[in-house]
This record gives sequence, structure tokens and C-alpha cells, in this order.
Amino acid sequence: MTAATTEVRAGRSRKARTSGVSRHAYPLWFYLPAAVLFLVFFAIPTFASFYFSLTRWTLFDQEFIGFENYVQFFREPQLYQGFINTLIYGFLTSGLKVVIGLALAVLLTSALVGRHFLRSVIFFPVLVSTIGVGIMFKALLDPFDGMVNGALETLGITGPGWLTDPDLALYSIIGIDVWKGLGIACLIYIAGLVAIPTEYYEAARVDGASKWAAFKSITLPLVKPATGTVIILSLIGGLRSFDLIWATTGGGPGFSSDVIGSVIYKQYQAGFYGLSTAGNVVLFVVVTVIMVPISLMLNKREVEQ
Amino acid sequence: MIPKTSRRHFGAGVAAAAAAALALSACSGGGDDDGSVEITFLSTSDEDNTALAEALIDAFEAENPDITVNLDGRPGGTEGDNLIKTRLATGEMAEVFNYNSGSLFQALNPDQNLLELSDRPWADSLTDDFTSVVSTENGLYGGSYGSSFAGGIVYNGAIYDELGLEVPQSWDDFMANNEQIAAAGYDPIIQTYGDTWTSQLFVLGDYANVHAQDPDWADQYTAHERFYADEPALAGFRHHQEAYESGYFNENYPSATFEDGGAMLAEGTGVHYPILTTILSSIRFNHPDAVEDMRFMAIPADDPQYTSATIWQPDGLYIPNTVEGAERDAALAFVDFVTGPDACEVFIEAVNPTGPYVNGCELPADVPPLVQDVQSYFDAGNTAPALEFLSPIKGPNLENITVEVGSGIRGAEEAAANYDRDVENQARQLGLEGW
Repeated sequence: MTAATTEVRAGRSRKARTSGVSRHAYPLWFYLPAAVLFLVFFAIPTFASFYFSLTRWTLFDQEFIGFENYVQFFREPQLYQGFINTLIYGFLTSGLKVVIGLALAVLLTSALVGRHFLRSVIFFPVLVSTIGVGIMFKALLDPFDGMVNGALETLGITGPGWLTDPDLALYSIIGIDVWKGLGIACLIYIAGLVAIPTEYYEAARVDGASKWAAFKSITLPLVKPATGTVIILSLIGGLRSFDLIWATTGGGPGFSSDVIGSVIYKQYQAGFYGLSTAGNVVLFVVVTVIMVPISLMLNKREVEQ
Repeated sequence: MIPKTSRRHFGAGVAAAAAAALALSACSGGGDDDGSVEITFLSTSDEDNTALAEALIDAFEAENPDITVNLDGRPGGTEGDNLIKTRLATGEMAEVFNYNSGSLFQALNPDQNLLELSDRPWADSLTDDFTSVVSTENGLYGGSYGSSFAGGIVYNGAIYDELGLEVPQSWDDFMANNEQIAAAGYDPIIQTYGDTWTSQLFVLGDYANVHAQDPDWADQYTAHERFYADEPALAGFRHHQEAYESGYFNENYPSATFEDGGAMLAEGTGVHYPILTTILSSIRFNHPDAVEDMRFMAIPADDPQYTSATIWQPDGLYIPNTVEGAERDAALAFVDFVTGPDACEVFIEAVNPTGPYVNGCELPADVPPLVQDVQSYFDAGNTAPALEFLSPIKGPNLENITVEVGSGIRGAEEAAANYDRDVENQARQLGLEGW
């Protein structure tokens, strides 16, 4: 009993001491270097960009014009199309990465010959620079000299203008994006799958459950945290996408594969710096408005388990 | 909080950065004790332009042994615009650079950033047209860099001779020619949307025809009183749509590039290419045998009496006003040389002139037929400057809008109305009245 009391006392006194330590051991100014870094590299640029979005800004001088840039940004003739394309791009790439990523992860965690090799094959495109991938696919998908249509031709099929047909361009880029980003989704899923205890599957087998039933009732619910991570990562990436689109089509033909990111870049190129800063703020708001409810929803489900 | 080890690294990093900054600032210094000076000339980095710049530097250094000129390359198009503006704004600009005249030059804020040059010996030799597009109200800021050039239809004269065709004066004649060309198995109209800027020529090259019908159009356009959605300016978009709908384009128009277009023209698989006459330099570089076959016509207007050639002014040669001392003198000497009469030979030898010079250089007697064609429009008085030299407004998205028209995504009226909205950004950015 005495031992227990001492232990409790010791525990209490240690607790008291730790809280005291955190209050006194390091003076507040020890946080200063980190705070300076944070201010200089994050806080100030962020607030500066909010301010500059309210100016007409030419690098040489600036003039405060209130919300005129925002009004102008939403009058942009091609913005509506870019906005719709952004949503299509974000949700489609995210959805495809979830479905294909999970399917491949299931395949690559099974007792497959050479699965380690195949895992690295799937992961490889993640390591290549996006611009490089874009330039490579631009050459591969060229409707006349490209290898893809050349291969189709030997089969007697006339391939479409993957990146030059206005109805097809956006979806071709989505395909490239999925090809490139699948490795990450697959990796996250593999991590989720190997964490599921094999006992569950053994128990299911004893109960006579089919493979499909085991997948539906064990695998799917238990990889939900992984699914949440994949959705959030790929959706944010998809909504902000720009580099791949710029390297392959430049938003074209015309404006048919423009997304918010490329509209902003074009405005920057044209020298409308205030306007493109306003566009960035709009993009920030759009991503936040879409992502916050989705991530809250996904996290809530995780807790309910 | 930064752990001790990385604090040391942090310190080392700061020291390295400081050393790098010192090294960089040492690079930009010139003016050695022995009187020699080093300056940098920033120019676009495509092949024929680099060859020209190198030839000019060689000739200049031969006359000025104390001055060394380093050539620095930059991308063309909007990327190059950004680079120029950023380097000017940060005071890191090369001592001499060449850049567009006209509306893009005005966007550099010349009064604030460039050196005034009206006291230079060549200032009086410049044509009025050129002087006006490298000047502001406060002075003259640019020397000239090369010859003027025209925008319209560059065509293969050998095929015209073969089919016995006449140069069309009206749009209907042009389409009739196309019909015959198509029947003979050639591609009548070359389009190259792999380089989107090349799609603008139906509209930009038509401006002289607008000007012929209404000389005040550009001023009223700048004042927000005239629009591309209305005639006569709509004609450019309308013709582009008509050309697309006729099916006369080369099959690979969605992905072909400017260079492909030059190859089609030179090899004679395509006949009409709406483009700038500067394509002659590229053809001379890649297909020297075809130079003599290249000809030029203005984009025909609906009514033949208005058909005229649209003329672009050459680039200007500028010095940022942050350049001082010995470098400034050297930079001025270089601009004096390139703009003055001594460089005429170098220009003529290094690149084909594509139209008259603006600094008193004479065109050689044996210019290629294409240049003679351009000159004949001047002789007949049937020319007008491109809109970008008469109005500061040029919308950034025109090339994408014309790709839409030329790919059948959008009709002429709607595209023209979209362009009218696109230019609003530019006008507001410039703070023009009435927008």
C-alpha cells in the first residue's frame, strides 16, 4: 500500500514538475527563429497575396482597386469552362485512382510471382517529373507521328487526336495523370492491406465466405482510412492541377482543357499580376470549400469504426 | 527551435548564400583598369536569331576591341515577356536587350525603366512609323533591330505558276484559287495549331483591310467605341471560319508546328500559309533551295479595293536606365553600331530582309521575290501598320480564340465577342479611359 501511495505521489509530483518545466525551462524567445521563418516564408507572403489581389499590379507600380480583380476574374469568358474542367479533372482522377489503385493493390499483395518487381513498375512513373511525362506523352499521343496511333494503325484502327480533339483532350490528360499518380495510391493501399490481420480472412474462410464476400466485408471496410487518404491527396492534387495540362496541351485546343490553374497562369503570362493573384485566392477558396467537408466526412467515418 | 547541428548548417548556408551573392555581383561588374569593358546583349534564342546576334557582335567587336559583348538568350513569346519584365523590375537586366516595339514595348513602362536615346546620331534616320512605336510622350527609347515585316499569306509561287493562277484580290477569288489547288491535289491552306500564335494571322493580318475601310478604327477601338464583333473587323474571324469549313486545311493542322508549316510551304505540299514574312529566315535556314519560290500576298478583303498589306515594325534595341559609367558608354556604342549604317551589311548577310528597313539601310537589289512582293505593296501605298502599333490593346487570349475558330469549336461571331471581352483586362491594366 505504501508502495502504491509513493507511486501515486511520485506520479503526481512528476506530472507537476513536467508542467512546470514546460512553462519555465525555455524562455519564449527560443521560439523566435521558427516564428521568424514562419512569418517570412508563410504568413507574410500569404497576407501579401491577399493584399495584391486587391491591386492592379505591374511589377513596377501598384494601385489599390478593391474587389475589381475578382469581378474581372469572374467575367473571364473561359473561366466557367475552366471551372467545370477543374471539377471533372479533380473528381475523375481521384475516383479512378481509388478504384484502380485498390484493384492493383489487392493484386500486388496476393501471392503473385514477381509482385515486388510489379510494385516497382507501378511506382516508377511517380518518380518521373511531371513536365517530362507531359512532353513524352505529347510525342506519344501525336495524332500523326505518335507511337500510340502508329500502334493502333497496325491493328487497322484510326486513332483519334488524343490531345488535339477538343472533346477528348481533357480526358486524355486525366488518363495520363492517373497513370502517373497511381503508384502513390497503390502504395497507400498496399500499406493499408498488409495491416489487416490475416486471422480475419482465416475466420471468414472457416465460415465458408467466398473471396468476394471476404473482400466486401473485410477488406473494403478496413482499408477505409487508406481510401480517405487517397481521396484527399488526389483530390487536392487534381483540383490544383496545372503542370501536366500545361506541358501537354497548354489548355487547348482553344480553351477545351483549361482548368483554373492554367487560366491563372495565362493571366500571369499576360502581365495581369493582380488579376492572377486574385485567381489564386479564388482557387484557394474553391479547394477549401470542397476539401473541408470531404475531409471532415472521411475523418468522422474513421472515428465511428 | 533549431537543433544545434542544423543551426551550424543554417549558418553555413547563410555564409554560402552570401558568397554566392558576392560572386554574382562580381560577375555583373565590368570596366577593368586596362580600359576594357564587358557588357551583355540579351536576345531571343532561336537559331536564326542567335546567328544574327553573333554576326552583329563579331562585327562590332572587330571595330571596338576594348568592348566585349556576351550574348545571352531568352525564350520568345509570353515567357520572354515575363523574363524581361521581371529582370527590369529587379534591376538585373542585361546592358542591352532587344524586344518588341509597339504595345508590348509600352508595357515595359519605358519612362521609368529605359534610357532615353533621342540624342543618338541615328535618331533622325529612323522612319516616323518606327520612331512612334519605340517612343513615349517623354522621348525615344529604342534603336532598330532589323527590317520591318509583313503579315498576310506567304504562298508557293512555283505551284501558282504550275496551275496558272492569278494573285487573288478579293476573298472570293482566293477561295476560287483554293478550289483549283485542292483539285490539283495540294493542301490549299496551311494551318499549324501546334504553335498557337500562328493561328492569329487571319485576324491580325486582316487589319490593313479594316484600316483601309476606316482609318479611325484603331483610335475608336482604343476608346472602347468599336468592336471586333462588328464589321469591318469581324471579317478576319469570318474568313477564318469559312476557311475551316471549306476543309482546305492540311490534315495535321491541330498538331503541326510553325516549322512544319515552313516545310510544307517549301516542299510544296501546301500552298497558302497565313503567317508573318519572317518565315523566310526560317525557310532560308532549313530549305535554302525554296527561297526563290516563296511569294507574298496581303489577306484579300471581301471588296478588292480594300485589299492591303499589314506591316509589323521591327524589334527595338533598348538599354535599361540602371546601366551606368563605362558599361553605359559601351552599351550606347553597341546600339549605335547595330542601328547605324555600319550594320546594314551584317543584317542583309545574316538574315534575309523581310521588308524595308526603318533606319535608312537600303534593300539590296537582288532581294528574294517575297520581299519584292512586300515592297510592291509599299510602292502602291497599300499598307497599314498592324493594330498593335496603333493601339496599346492586345488581348492575351487571341491565339486560343482563333484556334477555336479554326478547329470548329466556336463560330466567328461568338469568338469575336469573346475577344472583345478578353481585351478588357488589358485595357483596364493600362488604365485606359472608357473601359
